[in-house]
Amino acid sequence: MSGRARLALSKPTTGAAGRTGSWRVFRPVIDTEKCNQCGLCQMYCPDAAIDEELNVDLNFCKGCGICANECPKKAIEMVREET
Amino acid sequence: MLKGTSACAGCSSSLSLRYVLKGAGPDTVLVIPASCSSVIQGIYPNTALNIPVYNIAFAAAAACASGMSNAFRAVGKKTNVIVYAGDGGTLDIGIQSMSGAFERGTDFLYICYDNEEYGNTGMQRSGSTPLGARTTTTPAGKTDEKKDIDAIITAHDPPYLATACSAYPQDLFKKVKKALAIRGPAFIHILVPCPSGWRFPPEKTIEIGRLAVKSGMWILYEREYGRLAISSPSKAAMKNPIPLENYLAPQGRFAGISPKALDILKQRITQKIQRLTEEEKGIC
Repeated sequence: MSGRARLALSKPTTGAAGRTGSWRVFRPVIDTEKCNQCGLCQMYCPDAAIDEELNVDLNFCKGCGICANECPKKAIEMVREET
Repeated sequence: MLKGTSACAGCSSSLSLRYVLKGAGPDTVLVIPASCSSVIQGIYPNTALNIPVYNIAFAAAAACASGMSNAFRAVGKKTNVIVYAGDGGTLDIGIQSMSGAFERGTDFLYICYDNEEYGNTGMQRSGSTPLGARTTTTPAGKTDEKKDIDAIITAHDPPYLATACSAYPQDLFKKVKKALAIRGPAFIHILVPCPSGWRFPPEKTIEIGRLAVKSGMWILYEREYGRLAISSPSKAAMKNPIPLENYLAPQGRFAGISPKALDILKQRITQKIQRLTEEEKGIC
């Protein structure tokens, strides 16, 4: 197996490109009052940063804003990140 | 697919790859030619995809998958072999090996995710860029029309061919399941709006995809053993499509499109809708 280590093999890792959340300019904030838990934001998130309980994983959310745009109840607001 | 890919914010290719892998299940091997998806895996020695992936040269993807599929079947394994290629790797550079694999009847699924340009290298024109679209190599708008790859594949008479759009992930998921259940070569053509290349804000990715389907610019259908079936989102859209301008206006690449090009695009849409409706009814 010693030869195997020299092959150009990559290991599956969460955050293979680092903490992509640091790219974010706007952060999604879910208004739980307005939210009716339809799950569309979770369905359309390209980075799977929203889990089944509809919590946003801010370590990996790139802040694209698709969730806020697609939310039928307009329950997600994009808030500018403090630097 | 794990979190933390290096895809752009709002990338719908990573969205559709999520649904492809969800539909395919864990017993899957991906073959990825040079494209955006070979970049979004992350930085060596880590990868964001937790299934075996083989990154290969543009022109060799389908040939490689062909060999893989035959090797798996020879030892009695039912592992799904999926090629996830961009439009450059399908319409332009990879077309010869893909044509060969379809001719041999390889048991695999070829997915072309079509962002209508070479997005990875900086939005150059590809064979799939529509007429009138600006790219970095066609600054005044493309003067040629989009290559109809679906017709080329249909000529190979594969058991399954479908078109999908990243704005309708459930539809895509169903089509992937169906394609993998069928023995023999299958082809799925996915339209993936690209925010950085098509010059629109990233939050509109899904909206643009939906507009493409509603305006008839992109028609969702599947062809199973030669029998055509229009998918439900496109059925209503084909009866009364929204004006094409609604789809073109939010995109910076169509800014300043000439009236002549716009007219040709509209004509092509009407022709395509008519052709597909007639084919579904069995007229032609």
